[in-house]
Amino acid sequence: MDVPARTWAWLTDGANWSGEGGAWHRLGEHLYVSGLALALACAVALPLALWLGHTGRGGALAVNISNVGRAVPVFAVLALFMVTPLRGAGYLPTIIALVLFAVPPLLTNAYVGMREVDRSVVEAARGMGMSGGQLFARVELPLAYPMVMTGLRSAAVQVVATATIAAMVGQGGLGRIITAGFNTYDTPQVVAGAVLVAGLALLVEAVLVAVDRMVSPLRRTV
Amino acid sequence: MAGRDCLVANDWICGEYLRSRSQELVDATAQHVQITVASVAIGLVVAFPLALLARGRPRFAGPVLGLTTVLYTIPSLAMFSLLLPFFGLSAALVVTGLVLYSLTILVRNIVAGLEAVPAETREAARGMGYGPARLLWEVELPLALPAVMAGLRIATVSTVALTTVGSIVGRGGLGNLIEDALPSFFKAQVLTASVLCVLLAVAADLLLLGVQRLLTPWTRIRTAGSREAH
Repeated sequence: MDVPARTWAWLTDGANWSGEGGAWHRLGEHLYVSGLALALACAVALPLALWLGHTGRGGALAVNISNVGRAVPVFAVLALFMVTPLRGAGYLPTIIALVLFAVPPLLTNAYVGMREVDRSVVEAARGMGMSGGQLFARVELPLAYPMVMTGLRSAAVQVVATATIAAMVGQGGLGRIITAGFNTYDTPQVVAGAVLVAGLALLVEAVLVAVDRMVSPLRRTV
Repeated sequence: MAGRDCLVANDWICGEYLRSRSQELVDATAQHVQITVASVAIGLVVAFPLALLARGRPRFAGPVLGLTTVLYTIPSLAMFSLLLPFFGLSAALVVTGLVLYSLTILVRNIVAGLEAVPAETREAARGMGYGPARLLWEVELPLALPAVMAGLRIATVSTVALTTVGSIVGRGGLGNLIEDALPSFFKAQVLTASVLCVLLAVAADLLLLGVQRLLTPWTRIRTAGSREAH
């Protein structure tokens, strides 16, 4: 099969990268949509999860949101938005659908991370006279940090991979390269699009691992 | 007729739609269920030996877990497209893609469940003369069952959701109805199919929860006991 060779030819052909529907433009759209969706999801999910974890309430809420979130197909959410007036709002439908998709893993991981902090450590910190705020910032958050980052990483990878579905309702992003290839039975182009998305997902994962290493509070103190 | 008006007005909820297209809805739901059941069942059959391999031979653990994780980063749309040259526009294509996704969750949970079996329990069973096969089947698997079932539930619910993407090759069950309704902005069909999809996932989750309770009666006794202790 000459698909790998033709895929390579597609990827190395400058004509496929330039212009309005070119790979660079699609990559930009993809990064913009997934980045914004992830940032919004973090802004919603993390403060809520950390607060619920700190007070020790809402465990059932976090788990239920996570389960329901998994059951809702992104394609269906996106399609629902596309039959409302929101369809004219550019990337907004895609971004909202992806935020809904990314909130559950972020919320559950951050909440579980906060709850899994050793209770005896929390008690000890209380005994040392720490206030609720100090306890949160200096004990619970640093210890929950690895779980929060795990949630962030898996959410980021899933958002980047899932943003391709936007192409199924005619929105932009790297998925368009795949659907365009699909419609013209151009297998090498489909493979090229898939390689680009998977590569981007793995790159995002690698960048987040590197960021994690640099900012991890536990590493800094060691 | 008041019923027809909602089709003309393109309302979100339309009784006439449900009545006139009931056969179409039943067929799509049936296809959705078939694809999901086949994917999860095959996923379980494939994941099981992989998990045993990862556990029994530590050398294979890294590659097996790594490979299934990489599979998970491939976008569903791309996964189905990449498998196209091998399977053509068939249900086998969608099922294969979904099996590959379910592997990540299933293998991880089976390995975690088996590893959580206490070493003393294993020693005790060996001391009682249990061979490796009987040890696995009669001691380790029952104890790993809650973790395995938890993985199975997550895998099933995600598979129900992901099946809709199979509509790109015309085998997406309820996803087909969603895709068909998009060009004409037919609201009732998009909403009905989406809601059915979520209901299907919730029903499957509850069903598996029931199966888990039937299979692990001892955990129920334990939780009842601990509740009394409170």
